[in-house]
Amino acid sequence: MARRISPRKVVAPPSFIGFKPYGVITENTDSVELLYEEYEALKLADYDIMNHQEASKLMGISRPTFARIYESARRKIALALVEAREIKTSYGNAWMEKNWFVCNDCLARFTIPKNITARTCPVCHSFNIALLNV
Amino acid sequence: MSKTVITSSGNTLTSKFDKRFGRAEFFCLLDEATGQTSFIANEFKDANHGAGTKAAEFMVEQQVNKIISGDFGPKAKELLEKFDVQMVILQEELTIQAIVDRISKK
Repeated sequence: MARRISPRKVVAPPSFIGFKPYGVITENTDSVELLYEEYEALKLADYDIMNHQEASKLMGISRPTFARIYESARRKIALALVEAREIKTSYGNAWMEKNWFVCNDCLARFTIPKNITARTCPVCHSFNIALLNV
Repeated sequence: MSKTVITSSGNTLTSKFDKRFGRAEFFCLLDEATGQTSFIANEFKDANHGAGTKAAEFMVEQQVNKIISGDFGPKAKELLEKFDVQMVILQEELTIQAIVDRISKK
């Protein structure tokens, strides 16, 4: 079995759902899926101008892992620009705040407040849930 | 007893699920015990600012236990967390009926 992907901490999700090119000459219907952690890596490295060591600490991952995510983000954005593709953001392997869970069956993300004792998915009642901030 | 709110883009069960919380068109109130639904128009959807906060306050007043939406803003999140309202984030394109079915299926 392959090693589990460690969750990457994302301070804030992107404030958009996607980006779309306009005035495109040859329409490309394919889209590029930018993961939240890739957005975060790009933001930390190129917007907040942090070095990879600091940024990786902030995201709770190792520096080489950060570098891989960052590289993947850059490549995806380059691909989208060159091929005039739409960028869509998706959740990926991120975790954001404390006490957020994800249902492995229906992919719903949810909180479990103190007054609820059942550890099941509120949508599909599955027991197959995981904490996002392990 | 258990009140659930699903953000909706229309006031029927066939309407699409609205992924915004504060600026959703309608709120679908679902009673999970009886399966009854009712729709409330969101009066804060055109608010210039603070739509999420106002909607969250409204939910707390209505004693809602669970809210299903596409995303929650930071202020709404904080408020709902404080009042022990369960937040559920779905990213799929679904109709209200599909979500209701999913919840009521044991």
